[in-house]
Amino acid sequence: MKITLNNNPDSFDDDDITVNQLLKLKNFTFKMLIIKINGNLVPKEDYESTMIHSGDEVMVLHLISGG
Amino acid sequence: MTFEEIKNILQNKTVGIAGCGGLGSNCAVALTRVGIGTLIIADFDVVSESNLNRQYYFRDQIGIPKTIALTENIGRISNSVKVVAHNICLTKENIPGIFRDCDVIVEAFDRADQKEILIETVIIEFPEKPLVIGLGMAGWGKNDEIHCRRVDNMYICGDEISEISPDLPPIAPRVGMVANMQANVVLELLLT
Repeated sequence: MKITLNNNPDSFDDDDITVNQLLKLKNFTFKMLIIKINGNLVPKEDYESTMIHSGDEVMVLHLISGG
Repeated sequence: MTFEEIKNILQNKTVGIAGCGGLGSNCAVALTRVGIGTLIIADFDVVSESNLNRQYYFRDQIGIPKTIALTENIGRISNSVKVVAHNICLTKENIPGIFRDCDVIVEAFDRADQKEILIETVIIEFPEKPLVIGLGMAGWGKNDEIHCRRVDNMYICGDEISEISPDLPPIAPRVGMVANMQANVVLELLLT
């Protein structure tokens, strides 16, 4: 399937994947993230149960310390 | 727009600042100088000596809660800003009540886990409210890597790369840049 990930086109072998699978496939290992699918926030507790479908716009923001 | 006109608009506006460290204290001072009406500030920490390399506090304020010290410093700059100070650890539960009446919220935490709680809670509770976050400002130099970009109602200021570490501490110039960039985004939102 094809999705847009952080404003760039990206494709995966599987048709639907969970948010957790996406993080593993992309090697996004940061613990602190903000994830939105088509503009809707995916709370951390829903990463395992939320599916990403073809055509979705996914934003993964990596939160880093400092301020 | 003249400065008088700017002040007339800003005096009726309320900005929430979550965290009174390097980002929060400097952003609050910038907004104070341009005439913001109300600042709602929140932090649970006290001023320590190690904060003075970037935060808008003074040596004689060491040991004082940051919300009290910042209220004092704001008052030394302007007597027209109303400060609502919460000396409290922000949580999922108390964030909505504290920031409900803000026109804009500034995320000014230090730790990534605190940033996550605030951003998630604001997006869930106030999806329409602009949220200005600071992300990546450790170290020095690299002026041109600091940027601002918008994702929905979230405005991200910083280089999004430089995480603090013992060899890459957060220090005044870059932290101040991002704090003032956040204040600048707030003005852009409030004056248009």
